[in-house]
Amino acid sequence: MSVHRVMGIETEYGISVPGHPHVNSMLTSSQVVNAYASDMSALGRIKARWDYDEETPLRDARGFDLSRADADPTQLTDDDPGLANLILTNGARLYVDHAHPEYSSPEVTNPFDAVVWDKAGERIMARATELVARIPGAQPVNLYKNNTDNKGASYGTHENYLMRRTTPFAAIVKHLVPFFVSRQVVTGSGRVGLGQEGRKHGYQLSQRADFFEVEVGLETTLKRPIINTRDEPHCDPERYRRLHVIVGDANLAEISTYLKLGTTSLVLAMLEDDALDVDLVMDAPVREMHQVSHDPSLRHLVTMASGRRITAVQMQLEFLDQARKYVEDRMGSDVDAQTVDVLDRWESVLSRLETDPMTLSHELDWVAKLAVLQGYRDRDGLDWDHARLHLVDLQYSDVRADKGLAQRMQARGTLTRITTDAQVDSAVHTPPTDTRAWFRGECMRRYAEHIAAASWDSVIFDVPGHDALQRVPTLEPLRGTQAHVGDLLDRCPTARDLLVALNQQG
Amino acid sequence: MPTRDSGEQQHKSRSADDEQVEDAAAPASDLAARKEALDADIDAILDDIDEALETNAEEFVRGFVQKGGQ
Repeated sequence: MSVHRVMGIETEYGISVPGHPHVNSMLTSSQVVNAYASDMSALGRIKARWDYDEETPLRDARGFDLSRADADPTQLTDDDPGLANLILTNGARLYVDHAHPEYSSPEVTNPFDAVVWDKAGERIMARATELVARIPGAQPVNLYKNNTDNKGASYGTHENYLMRRTTPFAAIVKHLVPFFVSRQVVTGSGRVGLGQEGRKHGYQLSQRADFFEVEVGLETTLKRPIINTRDEPHCDPERYRRLHVIVGDANLAEISTYLKLGTTSLVLAMLEDDALDVDLVMDAPVREMHQVSHDPSLRHLVTMASGRRITAVQMQLEFLDQARKYVEDRMGSDVDAQTVDVLDRWESVLSRLETDPMTLSHELDWVAKLAVLQGYRDRDGLDWDHARLHLVDLQYSDVRADKGLAQRMQARGTLTRITTDAQVDSAVHTPPTDTRAWFRGECMRRYAEHIAAASWDSVIFDVPGHDALQRVPTLEPLRGTQAHVGDLLDRCPTARDLLVALNQQG
Repeated sequence: MPTRDSGEQQHKSRSADDEQVEDAAAPASDLAARKEALDADIDAILDDIDEALETNAEEFVRGFVQKGGQ
């Protein structure tokens, strides 16, 4: 009924060694993760690996499993490639996915916390690059929180939302496709270059839009679909579905991330309650997604199957209108502050996108980036194909505080923050208190040397005196919170104490 | 505790946002003044960014080659 639900963001970072474009990025990505591990192990001996037992990446939300023989090798994400893979004390996973270092945030319960732990991921990556630079003989590695190299490759920023299993998948597809096609006006990070290889000159709203080729599908690395059907809930599959959203951009602007998670969560709530009364079904959603992205003037008219033609901002306003009514109907004056804040900001942003988008240059990534690029074009007379504009686009997302342009703008106060440094610094080391990530992260902090492996839905202990590994399942995302097990962990100074206590509880 | 922090944060940012909503409805003369402020703002941002940009933009951009991901 609100913006609150279990959610999280996974981000694959772009990685490069300046001057060495063809270096093996699996190795450099491992170097990044291992460098961070070496720093963590100063706190205690870390040997935990990722536990893949419960992972089913080939399960499809449409109700069938893809056989492994039919799968592209890149879809087999549960084959442990022996690459670096860490569970952090903040409950996140830091590892190598394909050829990129990836930060998967811990599970949080609201969009604001999603921003905090997403920002923590940026700092962890920045710290990792500093640590790599200190390794004698190692080449310095740069990391970028973006989604394309503008040469045909794209890598993802995925949102995950826990949903009720009972919501029909057809309804999800019907409403989320138009929502995702239109939300780029709020959530885009901006990109110099059009087309997958960026061959056409110009600016577009989204880093990712041009890499989407079909409406619905299981793939994430080829023929990317607007709606991804991967159905791997990492919890009780009878009750929950994990909606895996692969269509989003990596955002640096906190308000972009906040609205991305907040508005999507509200639309999912309306879907779960069958409370969405809009018909924005399109005949050609993939083409419309590209065209919306390619028009920073925001005047492109999207054609509905009904023949109606409206802008993406107007589509978003229809979702907003529905969300306002829904929240009023269901919650009235009991509505929580964060839901009100998301609705108010969403409305404020959309109304200014309609009248004067450039006034959002302090709030949204694509507008902030465009303001800088336009500044360079005006001052230095540059065309869209100029290398400096491409460099601004790339460097906007550099994770280093002195090189990252978004970070510099945030430090100057010209790109608005909603988090504080204290909140983000704390989230680098500590988990959210209100999900099972608290149990996972706290176990890593307290008992790291006796944890053999962990995953989203388990922590596996290896303690002296037990022949076998002891697996503690954490199937319910809202258990294992500080309120639930804080006292228990405080009473157990060692992992062995914890296991004895858990066995006594049955 | 993050949840409590976020509550306080929301409260503050909401009042800031109310002002922005009023701004959006401001008359045209205000908009022109604001555009001027925005331009001055951008000049300062560009000066700051000039210092941070990598040297040899063309080579740097060409060298950023990624393998595809998800």
